Amino acid sequence: MDNFDVIVVGGGHAGCEAAAVAARIGARVALVTFSRETIGAMSCNPAIGGLGKGHLVREVDAYDGLIARAADAAAIHYRMLNMSKGAAVRGPRVQADRVLFAAAIQAMIAREANITVIEGEAEALTLDDDAVSGLVMADGRLLSAPAVVLAAGTFLGGRLYRGEWSGAGGRTGERAATALGKQLRDLGLPVARLKTGTPPRLDGRTIDWAALVRQESDADPWTMAPETRARRNPQLFCAITRTNEATHEIVRGGLDRSPLFSGAIDAKGPRYCPSIEDKIHRFADRDGHQIFLEPEGLATHLVYPNGISTSLPDDVQRAMINSIAGLEGAEIAVPGYAVEYDHVDPRCLDRRLGVRAIPGLFCAGQIIGTTGYEEAAALGLAAGANAAATALGRDAVHFDRTTSYLGVMIDDLILQGVSEPYRMLTARAEYRLRLRADNAWTRLGEHAEAVGCLSERRLDALAAHRTALTEVATLIDGVAATSSRNGERRSLGDALIQQDIAFRDAGDDHPALAACDPVALDEIESDLRYGPYLARQEAEIRALAANERIAIPDDFDFAGVGGLSNEMIERLDAARPETLGMMGRIAGITPAALTAVLVRLRRVAA
Amino acid sequence: MGHDDTIFALSSGAPPAAIAVVRISGPAATEALNDLIGMDIPARSPRVVTVKGTQGNIIDRPLALRFAGPASATGEDVVELHLHGGRAVVDAVLARLGELDGLRQAEPGEFTRRAFENGRLDLLEAEGLADLLAAETETQRRQAMGFASGGVSQAVAAWQDECLTIAARIEAAIDFSDEDDVGDADVAAIHMACAALAAKLAAWLDRPPAERLRDGITVAIAGPPNAGKSTLLNAIAQREAAITAPTAGTTRDIVEVPVAIGGIAYRFADTAGLRDDSDDAVEAIGIARALAAAAEADILVWLGSDDPPTHSATIRIAAQADRRSGVEWDMAVDAADVVVSALTGEGMAALLDAIAGRARDLLPREGDVALNRRQRDTLADVAAALDDAQCARDLLIVAEHLRSAMSAFDRLTGRARTEDMLDALFGRFCIGK
Ligand SMILES: Cc1cc2nc3c(=O)[nH]c(=O)nc-3n(C[C@H](O)[C@H](O)[C@H](O)COP(=O)(O)OP(=O)(O)OC[C@H]3O[C@@H](n4cnc5c(N)ncnc54)[C@H](O)[C@@H]3O)c2cc1C
Ligand SMILES: Nc1nc2c(ncn2[C@@H]2O[C@H](COP(=O)(O)OP(=O)(O)OP(=O)(O)O)[C@@H](O)[C@H]2O)c(=O)[nH]1
Ligand SMILES: [Mg+2]
Repeated sequence: MDNFDVIVVGGGHAGCEAAAVAARIGARVALVTFSRETIGAMSCNPAIGGLGKGHLVREVDAYDGLIARAADAAAIHYRMLNMSKGAAVRGPRVQADRVLFAAAIQAMIAREANITVIEGEAEALTLDDDAVSGLVMADGRLLSAPAVVLAAGTFLGGRLYRGEWSGAGGRTGERAATALGKQLRDLGLPVARLKTGTPPRLDGRTIDWAALVRQESDADPWTMAPETRARRNPQLFCAITRTNEATHEIVRGGLDRSPLFSGAIDAKGPRYCPSIEDKIHRFADRDGHQIFLEPEGLATHLVYPNGISTSLPDDVQRAMINSIAGLEGAEIAVPGYAVEYDHVDPRCLDRRLGVRAIPGLFCAGQIIGTTGYEEAAALGLAAGANAAATALGRDAVHFDRTTSYLGVMIDDLILQGVSEPYRMLTARAEYRLRLRADNAWTRLGEHAEAVGCLSERRLDALAAHRTALTEVATLIDGVAATSSRNGERRSLGDALIQQDIAFRDAGDDHPALAACDPVALDEIESDLRYGPYLARQEAEIRALAANERIAIPDDFDFAGVGGLSNEMIERLDAARPETLGMMGRIAGITPAALTAVLVRLRRVAA
Repeated sequence: MGHDDTIFALSSGAPPAAIAVVRISGPAATEALNDLIGMDIPARSPRVVTVKGTQGNIIDRPLALRFAGPASATGEDVVELHLHGGRAVVDAVLARLGELDGLRQAEPGEFTRRAFENGRLDLLEAEGLADLLAAETETQRRQAMGFASGGVSQAVAAWQDECLTIAARIEAAIDFSDEDDVGDADVAAIHMACAALAAKLAAWLDRPPAERLRDGITVAIAGPPNAGKSTLLNAIAQREAAITAPTAGTTRDIVEVPVAIGGIAYRFADTAGLRDDSDDAVEAIGIARALAAAAEADILVWLGSDDPPTHSATIRIAAQADRRSGVEWDMAVDAADVVVSALTGEGMAALLDAIAGRARDLLPREGDVALNRRQRDTLADVAAALDDAQCARDLLIVAEHLRSAMSAFDRLTGRARTEDMLDALFGRFCIGK
């Protein structure tokens, strides 16, 4: 039997971050996955980042995670979304070469001396009393550890659909993890179905690129990870086309053969990632839908047509593609499909992403109802850090919704549950003016240090960044602006903000600024620009903080509190909030209910 | 656990009780008192103080009590003002407090909650409290939502939806800017949508408040000494509510009498006679109160031959018609809306008609929905946030103001959440790849 501190099941985005962070903290980690080659594989669109998601990537990076650096290593197209809007909602996004991305992740995993990769199928957890003690592999091997992270993605009870065809599988060409899925249900974990889908992949050599509008990579040399100082790869362009009436006619004609409409799939898919069938059905009045044609890599001809996820039969997919401008002669290399899979209701998890009923078991990634690489990576980081903390007897690692998107996501998931795959949106973060992609290191650096997951390299970089910030801050506060009516003196920062001049563009007039780190300039500029609102949010957060400090014990009897409705009791029992503050965020909980629980808590304490 | 903000509320004696207690609790309580009365008072020793309005006008001379935390009812610094229970006075004091920095109206049950958190309630008391609170808050919520007049909840729900829709447009532009169905946000159009909603709210805020239906329209009877104000009040009330005498300066304090005439509820207030040359301290206070009452009243009945204080609804009376004549009287009659003798009853019907005519303008029309104070306060917050939103160019700041607007609605309805906004967003736009 092999002994570890932490076992991670799944070599996807969640699993890799979980294994890597646990290893950085100092745990001995086993990373169990079907195949070494699919470690770091991107199952769907090879893009990393975007709105909300880009924030998550930067946050994972603030804990010295893998995804931002791997994205830079693989990036073949950079685009800063919302460039014209406020800094708090700018979304860094890259198109990645999936081969380079997986290679970068695999190299980083290989460099971690604390990680042992074990190939094969994790078949069942082993339990000691209620607590997890390790797992059994399908080939009979036994692994033991006091903490196990499940990051099995869409593989639990996965079923693929395309037209009239359907079959078991987690991703096209890969098998499902059926035994483990069954065990989770048998253990009484709340398991339900969700669905998602993917578009057909096209052979880029058969696309008429010349006929289409091109979208070039950003000229401005920003990177996903602040540490990456330059672009690594040749940059490709994307192209834009759209569906038309003829396309819609073809799709409508095939609707009765789509598993989404024939009733074969009844799990809920995401509203923000609808299939083309859904789009045409629900928004019948629209005469076209935009499609981004995104190259999948430098060494492949595959192109990802972003915007037409579908599970129509092959012949309909082909006709649909060929009705679109620029794609008249395009050939489908891999058809699109829908996948329906099991997920664990995240309300059975605590703030550490630990399963309340099974001490030592943690879950992360798509298995708890999210979708997306970035969401998976961020959750993996959280679960991995906590698994390591459990194994090494350290303090639990909590993420706060007032300081990170990661905190927002965990809080939303474990308190509200999901009715569709959860995707990060900036709209979900009430304090988003504070939670910017450009200040992730500052927001979370101290926490990351305390968690103990920063490498020497990163500690140095963080120290350097802090020095750069102090330098900029001194310049901005100190130098009084030269001119101003009525002789009133303003700081340089206030003057630039009032004239709406970006700090990084002010170097000509203020040479001292030209010498500063542009990343630090951006960050301080945003702090100043949003200053009054940040102060207001700060006050709001302080007012709510009292409730966050009032703990609700694990065994608290909500049903025993007079005055709570049955519906409230049901929701409270499902989510088991750990603090009064968390309780207050659950939909449908009133101030009166909070007071009633508070009173009961004090009585219990006495 | 300390709270940063200071809360206040009318905590006993809903007007028109003889005494109304307004309580203030929190770190800024003492400072608020000092602001209101312009001086310090020692803790735990009751003082009669003078509360002034922002213009220096005297609002009331209440008894003030100050308790330093933690040895207070809530465990925080607490101030109590025992006001003379007139609605106008209480409203004026609450309005003054609301203008102070760091102060806000208490939420239902909030004093109790703070007391409890600070260990000022024992557990036995607290046991019964949970149910009580649940019940209390529920009735208040119902009241706040005006379920009695379902129209309000419908209207509020409609505005909340409108607000959500605007927010959804902004969020769509922020979170899905690269989608062709969304495109770049038209900030001007969003400003216009905010303005349109703000205008709707403003129109509602201009409407007569619901309290007038329930509590009555306030009518102040004012004028110089001996004009016959108290006699007129008694004639209207049809009982000896106020003392009348030939001595000038008989009435010192405000005498309020609820009367229902022709299906409309009124609160008539008899006031001290106004004159400039009083050297009696008590009379001076009475005069100040009379002026305040006249200013706050919905309708002013003026018995003087001089010009009345400015008021939007004044009825001028030439009084004591049965015993007056001469040039001065002729001039008074010319200036008057109604000529009255409280003694013979001459002109009384015409006076009551004139009052009823004014009253109808001030009351919510039949079938119209009216807002109560809490609703008005909340909607004023929403309107203010929408106004701020219109001034912001940065879409993100616009969104931030809309968040404030929505959380104000939240306080009223306890409903909207991010999910509702996302529903609005995904329902309207074809989004997603
Ligand atoms: C068809 C499809 C379409 C998608 N579309 C989108 C999209 O449009 N946009 C978007 O943002 N995201 C999309 N996603 C989601 C995105 O791919 C996932 O959210 C993300 O990859 C989840 O990461 P993960 O680490 O949780 O799981 P995965 O990346 O799925 O990784 C799971 C890993 O676990 C391993 N594994 C599972 N079970 C076992 C076992 N029992 N033993 C050993 N190893 C095991 C697998 O081999 C795999 O390596 C899509 C996914 C799929 C499948
Ligand atoms: N004949 C006659 N006498 C009146 C009439 N109204 C008031 N009086 C008398 O005038 C005197 C003063 O009347 P009040 O009603 O006390 O006058 P007031 O305005 O309240 O006076 P102050 O309270 O002192 O300001 C009393 O003696 C009344 O009886 C009236 O209509 N006709
Ligand atoms: Mg009188």
